[in-house]
Amino acid sequence: MSDRRAEPEKPLAPRILALGDAAATVHFAAQIAPDVHARVRAFCAALAAARIVGVEEWAPAFGSATVWYDPDQIAFAELALLLAALARAPGVETPDSALFEIPFCAEGDFAADLDEVARLNGLTAQDWLKNFVELTLEVYMLGFQPGFAYLGVLPEALSVPRLATPRPKIPAGSVAVADSMCAAYPYQSPGGWRLIGRTPAPLFDVTNEGRPALLSPGDRVRWRAVSRAEFLALEGRCGADDFRIEE
Amino acid sequence: MSARLKILRPGVGVTVQDFGRRNFRALGVALSGALDPVLLAAANGLTGAPKGAAGLEILLAAPELRASEGAAQIGLAGDLVGMIERPDGERQQISSWRGVVLREGDTLTLKLGRGLAYLGFSGGLDLPEILGSRSTFLRAGFGGVEGRCLRAGDALACGAAEGGDVFAPPLIHEAGPIRFILGPQDDHFSPESLQKFVQARWRVGPDSDRMGLRLIGPRLAHTMKGGNIVSDGATPGAIQVPGDGQPIVLRADCQTSGGYAKIGCVISADLPRLAHLAPGDVLSFIEVDHEKAATARRRAREMFDGWRARISPTGWLDERKLWTENLIGGATSGENEGFR
Repeated sequence: MSDRRAEPEKPLAPRILALGDAAATVHFAAQIAPDVHARVRAFCAALAAARIVGVEEWAPAFGSATVWYDPDQIAFAELALLLAALARAPGVETPDSALFEIPFCAEGDFAADLDEVARLNGLTAQDWLKNFVELTLEVYMLGFQPGFAYLGVLPEALSVPRLATPRPKIPAGSVAVADSMCAAYPYQSPGGWRLIGRTPAPLFDVTNEGRPALLSPGDRVRWRAVSRAEFLALEGRCGADDFRIEE
Repeated sequence: MSARLKILRPGVGVTVQDFGRRNFRALGVALSGALDPVLLAAANGLTGAPKGAAGLEILLAAPELRASEGAAQIGLAGDLVGMIERPDGERQQISSWRGVVLREGDTLTLKLGRGLAYLGFSGGLDLPEILGSRSTFLRAGFGGVEGRCLRAGDALACGAAEGGDVFAPPLIHEAGPIRFILGPQDDHFSPESLQKFVQARWRVGPDSDRMGLRLIGPRLAHTMKGGNIVSDGATPGAIQVPGDGQPIVLRADCQTSGGYAKIGCVISADLPRLAHLAPGDVLSFIEVDHEKAATARRRAREMFDGWRARISPTGWLDERKLWTENLIGGATSGENEGFR
């Protein structure tokens, strides 16, 4: 779950790496950057269009995508050639992504670390939030928990290292930052990210088979600060479609 | 036709599992499913349940249950022994590799031996599919029975028993070192570390669960590239090595991505063997290529098909013979790896 800002890496030909005998990782660059991620997404779109027999599912990450396959249907060597060709020249445009505006409340215990986050950036809490809500962040990947979207990239001026000692319990809905990333926790869990607010948005809904996760890789997100009263009014009464402001 | 089973005592770490929740890993949803899908398939096979049916995984201690409505056929796979008590007080001893019909009012009490075990049910457990699977995913609290371990008082529905009692020989996994394929981040380790990894005898640490096994052994040093990576895809079997140099082998409930360098990944044919490792057990690893992995998969499938073909109706003579010759003689694989 490391999201460190990697050293710039020269663009290399993508590498196809075995992840056991039923998955392979297509590695573009060890880097968190919009252009690298665009290549990852373009590759995933091309993979979807290619309908390779034996390929079961895939998941984009920051600078790579992992592909799960049935080794009884396609051998790794054969698959690696197909994946390498797709990765070099995807030939499919990256699909359009939605823009979301998601409410969050940064008051009181919801934002337990906000003052410290602001202080580490040499800002008042108010100024930190003002800069934060002006950002349009991109969903780089989902991982850690169902629906846990890694949003980036935060500018240096708003970035903070994760907590040295993770909290044993972070409440569901918590909005948090660490390194150059921001995320909201769909489920309660331990975690080392710093809490700057809480959202009433349904981040993951298993009953919505068609679109269980609010956010998908490539979507863009703007955070909208709301009062606790508004948070409480929305909590449990809002749906995924309430926050999509642009397809 | 259906049957209902009431959980009288829940055991410990008993969850509903099938063969995993596929196609949602891009959304961060763990695969889940039986840690040992071969034994779940065996338990299902002893009940005539359809392919892919959900059963109970018994991780730490076995449950006690009663057929509260109708008759259900139960299949036992793994190291289980127990007793069926009829309403009239009649008792019948029972152990694994049997499919038995529980008639209404019968109580089944079980004891788990080594490793983990499975109960299969005629028709499979009838629970709603969540995102295409009945598997319990504890950390997010969905699937199975309300996303949690069984509790006393839970009622489970399954199909009605259609056949009679059956038995089969014990299904024993292959022994020997756990086979893995190198990478994806083997370049984060020096040749000495790679050698140390395959030469060492690793001990399973205490805080191991359905997410992963923590291993204790010699410290595996990283190269200058270090133990952290920009997070990429993870899968059951992946062997992560964090900065402390102690490997973590991921299991069914693992996260879909991870930020630690992965030295290798256990081949699919050996994932069921990882299921039976408990804290204190010792294991070692051996590197294989994709061709050997494919051979191992084929062999595992042939072994299962061969086993399945030997499921037979229970006869009193056969039964006695089975217990004295097969089960007692062939149940463990020796001290070397601590798996079955």
